Amino acid sequence: MSEESAHTHPNYIKIWAILTFLLVLSILGPMMGIKAVTLIAAFGIAVVKAAMVGAYFMHLNIEKRYVWYMLFTALLFLGLFFFGVSPDVMKPDGSNWVNHNNMPVSTLEGHGVGHTN
Amino acid sequence: MSFQAPIATSRSATGIPTGRLAVWWVVVSEIVIFGGLIACYIMFRLRHPEWGEYASHTSTPAGALNTFVLLTSSLAIVLAHQAAEARDLTKAFRYIWCTIGGGGVFLLVKSYEWTTEISHGYTLFANNFWSFYYTATGLHGLHVIAGMVIMGIISIGVRKGEHLPRVEYIGIYWHFVDIVWLFLFPLFYIAK
Amino acid sequence: MAEAVTTAETTEEVHTHHGEPDFWSKYIFSTDHKMIAMQYMFTGMIMALIGGYMAYVFRMQLAYPGESVPGFGTVTPLAYNSLITNHGAIMIFWVAMPILIAALGNFLIPLMIGCDDMAFPRVNRLSYQIFLLSVVVLLASFFVPGGGFGGAWTAYPPLSAQSQYNLTPFGAPLWLLAVALEFVAFLLGGINFITTTMNARAKGMKMYDIPIVVWMIVIASILFMASVGPLIAGAVMLLFDQVLGTTFYNPDAGGDPVLWQHLFWFFGHPEVYVVLLPAMGVVAEVITVFARKKLFAYKTILYTTFATGILSFFVWAHHQFIAGIDPRMAHVFTVTTVLISIPIAEMLFCYIATLYGGSIRLTTAMLFALAFLAEFLIGGVTGIYLGSSGTDIYFHDTYFVLAHFHYTFFPIAIIGFFTAIYYWFPKMFGRMMNETLGKIHFWGTIICFNGVFLPLFVLGIGGQHRRIYNFKNFPDLATPDMHNLRIFATWSAVVMLLFQIPFLINFVMSLFRGKKAGMNPWKANTLEWTAPSPPPHGNFKEMPVVYRGPYEYSVPGREEDYWPQNVPN
Repeated sequence: MSEESAHTHPNYIKIWAILTFLLVLSILGPMMGIKAVTLIAAFGIAVVKAAMVGAYFMHLNIEKRYVWYMLFTALLFLGLFFFGVSPDVMKPDGSNWVNHNNMPVSTLEGHGVGHTN
Repeated sequence: MSFQAPIATSRSATGIPTGRLAVWWVVVSEIVIFGGLIACYIMFRLRHPEWGEYASHTSTPAGALNTFVLLTSSLAIVLAHQAAEARDLTKAFRYIWCTIGGGGVFLLVKSYEWTTEISHGYTLFANNFWSFYYTATGLHGLHVIAGMVIMGIISIGVRKGEHLPRVEYIGIYWHFVDIVWLFLFPLFYIAK
Repeated sequence: MAEAVTTAETTEEVHTHHGEPDFWSKYIFSTDHKMIAMQYMFTGMIMALIGGYMAYVFRMQLAYPGESVPGFGTVTPLAYNSLITNHGAIMIFWVAMPILIAALGNFLIPLMIGCDDMAFPRVNRLSYQIFLLSVVVLLASFFVPGGGFGGAWTAYPPLSAQSQYNLTPFGAPLWLLAVALEFVAFLLGGINFITTTMNARAKGMKMYDIPIVVWMIVIASILFMASVGPLIAGAVMLLFDQVLGTTFYNPDAGGDPVLWQHLFWFFGHPEVYVVLLPAMGVVAEVITVFARKKLFAYKTILYTTFATGILSFFVWAHHQFIAGIDPRMAHVFTVTTVLISIPIAEMLFCYIATLYGGSIRLTTAMLFALAFLAEFLIGGVTGIYLGSSGTDIYFHDTYFVLAHFHYTFFPIAIIGFFTAIYYWFPKMFGRMMNETLGKIHFWGTIICFNGVFLPLFVLGIGGQHRRIYNFKNFPDLATPDMHNLRIFATWSAVVMLLFQIPFLINFVMSLFRGKKAGMNPWKANTLEWTAPSPPPHGNFKEMPVVYRGPYEYSVPGREEDYWPQNVPN
């Protein structure tokens, strides 16, 4: 079967060099201390690196298309999970009510609630 | 007990070898496992801005070194795949063991990090940031160990010239573990 | 792609030179997909008996609170919690999953797509062994100090996370471990099902020649794989909370208990469809064969299955309407929940349209298939009340919910299983089952099933809450009218359990004494009926080639009213 799936190989060392360069960038970027730069350097570059590893090392660039669809579907479901759950986990307070579970005990006493459970 | 592979294993209606297709499905299932954990972490992280301060106690140089080690080991396993396709068995065997060595270095650096952090009082129970940190990196570390064991088994076959496509399959898994680390690194180390 | 297929096919030859294997390699450590299917099926049936016994014990406690239950003794509150928790977990994870996905998938997929085994037989065996380990861990958890886990099968923290609340310090982690092992087993099995169906189909079998039941098992496996990941991560977090004392779900220390509910139901709702789809597939096969008619709208059924699968990921928070979730999200989830009834209803209509104008044979399998449609319809319709966030505020956590999901899960797991077993028994064991005993079993089961759960709808509307040990302690709920309904439901459950005895007798008798079945007793089209009954190792004498779709019944101009997939013309 290996003969059938044989294909031309790109220059892997060159790709590795680019990845290493990107790694250095992603470490230097946050050192500037600017929040936007940090986020782009940390996560933007991580996405680029992941895409490069996927495309060239995992051969997704020459793999059948539907493998890509499979992986992308899994990511979509994860995105769905994140956006369905994050309203509750990230912002437990409503606009018309107070979430006692999400408060330090000291402020709770001010609200007249004795226990946190 | 002699085992004879059934006809089913050798069929390929999709045009992808069955082994590789199965590995892709393993990757799909792993994406949702790691993704679920990372998604939970991101939600907590965005809710608690103070976690940025905790993240500054993780060692960026160690994390960067580990990223470099994993990227290099990914290079080694893809070169092993190239060598296996060219039926250069010695070279493929050597590259596989380079990859295993890379995994070993990764684990050593990781255990150094954990030791330092624990001795500074940042244990699993310090707060939820550290709980997530140990859970995520620990789960990832388990995958590294599993990959190393499987590669060790595959390398025996490679030396005999058997099951050469398996080098490619374990490579896909190893690259996936690498990609997970590429995201864990900014999440727990760089972003403060 | 075409070259790959031909090169693979030309090298195929059937291996039949196996000698007679010894007991261990034939029955215990077999890699043969049919034997693994039997292992899953018998394990599932034993677990069903255990789960049924638990139901009997706690139903008796509810009807006659505080009295000693014959065969168990006095039910303590702790034992009651443990019984209801493990009844739920067993029936879903250790009965519905192994029988509908694993046993049917293992038995049917290679036979129906025309190959000799799964693509990875040893992974398949490993999957069963991990599953068996999970069974052992679960059963062991009943006998540790503190008893089995009693925090309900949904395992909401903080009740499930802290042993000072659930009082089962050892039962809880063991239960969680068993569930996690079971997930791993089905992930391995699912990967096997999907790759086998994608890659190992018989020559000539195109996408639309695959029988519906295989499609549905594969789609169910994909749903399982895509939804279970976050819960595996969440289960690790919960295990750490239980055993190590981390605070992922502890609100006092900055954790979030609602996160677990999301993780659980993000898996838990697709899980309903994971077990529903194979049962729907079984029913599709049975009604086409016994209506002697082409399946109405094959492609529509297929597309609605995809739609159901995708929509099933958008509905999970309808389990949490009163858990304090964001009210705006509740609106969204109400709409998606009501939407998902459309594809399911469309499938049911397609099935009914298949029956229309057919020459129907009311065999036991067909009776069960028809009962599935009727009973599942009741389950589906009552779900609409629960999917709307307004009415759910009243109905949540009452017996209305309980009756609703038993009207879905009972048709899926029990009626679906009986449909499959009465239909495929001749193929599995080479002998026919007794139809008279089968019909006694059918009517007894179906009538008593409705006798159990129709009263529970009424009780639920009356305000009776779930997971309550003794209703005598609540004056509103202890009225004689309500209590009589409880007693009626309990006795219906007992009689229903007794009506399983004809089935067991029938099963065992037919296994040894049944009439010999030929290759194709039902005159069906799909490929499994072209193999000998029971199929030998390697399944087919020669690998079949497929020429047409699976549902060509009563084609005009043909002498016979069926047209097997592998017959050239």
